[in-house]
Amino acid sequence: MFNLSKKDLSLLILVAVLTLFAPFILNPFPAGSAMAQFNAGYPDLMQRFVIFGIFAIGFNILFGLTGYLSFGHAAFLGVGSYAAVWMFKLLSMNVIPAILLAVIVSGLFSLLIGFISLRRSGIYFSILTLAFAQMMFALAYSVLTPVTGGETGLQLALNDPRILGASQTPEGNIPVPGLFGLEMRDSADLVIGSWVFTFNVGYYFCALVLLASFYLSIRIFRSPFGMMLRAVKSNQQRMNYTGLNTRPYTLAAFVISGMYAGLAGGLMASMDPLAGAERMQWTASGEVVLMTILGGAGTLIGPVLGAGFIKYFENIFSKINDNVLHSWFSFLPDGLENAVVFIIHPFIGKGWHLTLGILFMLVVIFLPGGLVEGGQRIRGWLRSRKSKDNGSASHETNPAE
Amino acid sequence: MSILEVKNVGKRFGGLQALSEVNLSVKENSVHAIIGPNGAGKSTLLNCLVGKLIPDTGSVMFDGQSVLGRAPYEINQMGISRVFQTPEIFGDLTVLENMLIPCFAKRDGAFELNALASVQSQKDILEKAEHMLEEMNMADKRHMHAAAMSRGDKRRLEIGMCLSQEPRLLLLDEPTAGMARADTNNTIDLLKQISDERDITIAIIEHDMHVVFSLANRITVLAQGTPLVEDDPENIRGNPKVREAYLGESA
Repeated sequence: MFNLSKKDLSLLILVAVLTLFAPFILNPFPAGSAMAQFNAGYPDLMQRFVIFGIFAIGFNILFGLTGYLSFGHAAFLGVGSYAAVWMFKLLSMNVIPAILLAVIVSGLFSLLIGFISLRRSGIYFSILTLAFAQMMFALAYSVLTPVTGGETGLQLALNDPRILGASQTPEGNIPVPGLFGLEMRDSADLVIGSWVFTFNVGYYFCALVLLASFYLSIRIFRSPFGMMLRAVKSNQQRMNYTGLNTRPYTLAAFVISGMYAGLAGGLMASMDPLAGAERMQWTASGEVVLMTILGGAGTLIGPVLGAGFIKYFENIFSKINDNVLHSWFSFLPDGLENAVVFIIHPFIGKGWHLTLGILFMLVVIFLPGGLVEGGQRIRGWLRSRKSKDNGSASHETNPAE
Repeated sequence: MSILEVKNVGKRFGGLQALSEVNLSVKENSVHAIIGPNGAGKSTLLNCLVGKLIPDTGSVMFDGQSVLGRAPYEINQMGISRVFQTPEIFGDLTVLENMLIPCFAKRDGAFELNALASVQSQKDILEKAEHMLEEMNMADKRHMHAAAMSRGDKRRLEIGMCLSQEPRLLLLDEPTAGMARADTNNTIDLLKQISDERDITIAIIEHDMHVVFSLANRITVLAQGTPLVEDDPENIRGNPKVREAYLGESA
C-alpha cells in the first residue's frame, strides 16, 4: 500500500497512531492529580511536538543522509514564519496559501544559501551555514524592521488589507487563522471521569501535515535519490569517479530540508499568527541538530522521537519549581527535604537545559544511534530473553525470586 | 588505433618537476602497463588522466576528445573508470547498493532527481546489478555491508562497479598493492578474463613485475617524470636502461 514495503508501512501506521491518538497518549494522568503536571496533552504543546517533528524530519534528509551538518536551519524556519504572517496580512487568514508561500520562500532562500555553502564540506560547511543564519537573524532583528517587525516581531493588525478576507471581524477583532471556516484554535474537550482530553483543530491539521511529511521522507529514503545521498555520506571520491556529480545531489537535499523547515515555520505561524527573529537564532538551529541526533540521525522515525523527547522535557522540566519539589519530598525530615531540593534545584525550571545536556551526553556516549538504537537494543534483549526462556526451563521468568 | 593519446604532458609542484614531456599512446583493447620506480610520476600521470590534476602543458585526448579541464565525473561519463590503490567503495552501503549506484550513473547520468520511485521498482537496474554481482562471484554477499568485506573482495567489488558502467578504458592504480599472493593471483585472473571477454582497454600502474608480465601486452617505463622506453614485455625484460632505472647505476 502507498508503494511502501511492509516494514515502512508499519512504521507509517505507528506514527499515524501516535499522532492521531496523542491527546489520549499524552494525558495519562487525571486532571488535578499530583502527576497531572506530567501531562503533555494540551494543544499548544502537542502542536509544537508535531511542528518540530516536521522540522527534524526535514533536517534528517540533509544531515542523516548526506552527513552535511547545517547549523543554520532555523533561518529557514524563521523565513517560513515571516512569509506565512505576510500572507495573513495581505491575502487572507486561510492557512493553505500562507503555508505554500512559506515553503516556496524558504526553498528559494535555501537554494541561494545552499549553493554558496555547499562549495565546502565538513566543518567549513557548518560554519558557512551558521554565518548565513546569524546574518539573517541580524537582518530580521534590526535592519529589515519594516518587513520583519524587528524586536517586537511581525504581528497582525486591524488595518491589514487581507484582500480575500476581512481586515477585522464584525466584532472589531483581528481574525484568526483558519481552514475554510475551521478555526485553528478551536478545540473540543472530552471528559471521561476525571480525565480531560482536548482535541484541537490546529493540532490535527499539523498532525496530518506531519504524516504527509513523514510519508514523503520514507519515499525519499527508499528512492534512488536517497541512495545517492547515502553514497555522498559514505564516499564522495567514489561518487565522482563513478560519473556522479555530488553538488546537485547535496543541493537538492539542502533545498528539500530547507522547505521542510519553511513548512514547519509556516505551520508555527498558522497556529499563532506572529513571527519573531528569535526563531532564527543559532540556539534554535542547534536544537534541531540535538533532536535529530538524540532520536537517531539517518533513521526514519528517529527525528520525530527526538523532537517529541526534547519538547516534552523542555516543557515538563521547566514547569517544575521548588514548591513542587517540596511537595514531592515533604515526607522526608525537614533537613533532608531541603538538601534533596537543593541538589535537584539546578536541574529544573530554568535549569532544564542542564538536564537536557546530561541526557544528550548519555545518549551520545551509550547509544550513538540515538533513541532508535535504544529501542533496537531493548527489542534484541527481549528477544534473546524469550529464546532463552523457550530453550531452558521457565525458572528464569521471575528474576526477583 | 589508440584510444588514449598523451602528448608532451608536464606537471610541476613547486620546485619539483613531477612530469615532463610525457608521451603515451594506449592502443584500443590492449593491456598497457605503466611501471617505474617510486617517485617516477606514475600516480601523477594517472591523476592527470582522470581530472584530479590538470597538467601544466601538453594534451590528453581520449577517443579524439580532450579530457583537460573536465571534472572527474565528466571524464568518467566519457568512458574512463578508475580503480584505486586502496579500494574506494561505499563502505556504509550494502554490496548490492554499491553495485546499483554505478548502474544508475550509467542509465541516468551525472544527476537525476529520482526521489519518489523506489529503488525496488527499478527492475532493469536491479537485474543488471545482480547479474554483475554473479559475474564477480559475490551474489551471496549482496546484503553485507561493503566495509565488512576482506580486502580482496573489496577490490573485486570495485572492479565490478567499474565494469558495470561499461567503460571503454579501465585505469587501475596498483590493484594488487598490499595483497596476499593468492589474492594477487585471483586479481590477475580476473583482469585477464575481463580483458579477454570484453571490449575494453586496460591501463595499469603496477609495482609488482609478476603482475605486469602476466597481464600487459605493452609496457611504458617511467623514470623521473619522463618515459624511458615503451615496448613489448619481452623487450622490456632485458632492457639495460630499465634495469638501471630500477636498480641504480651500479647494477
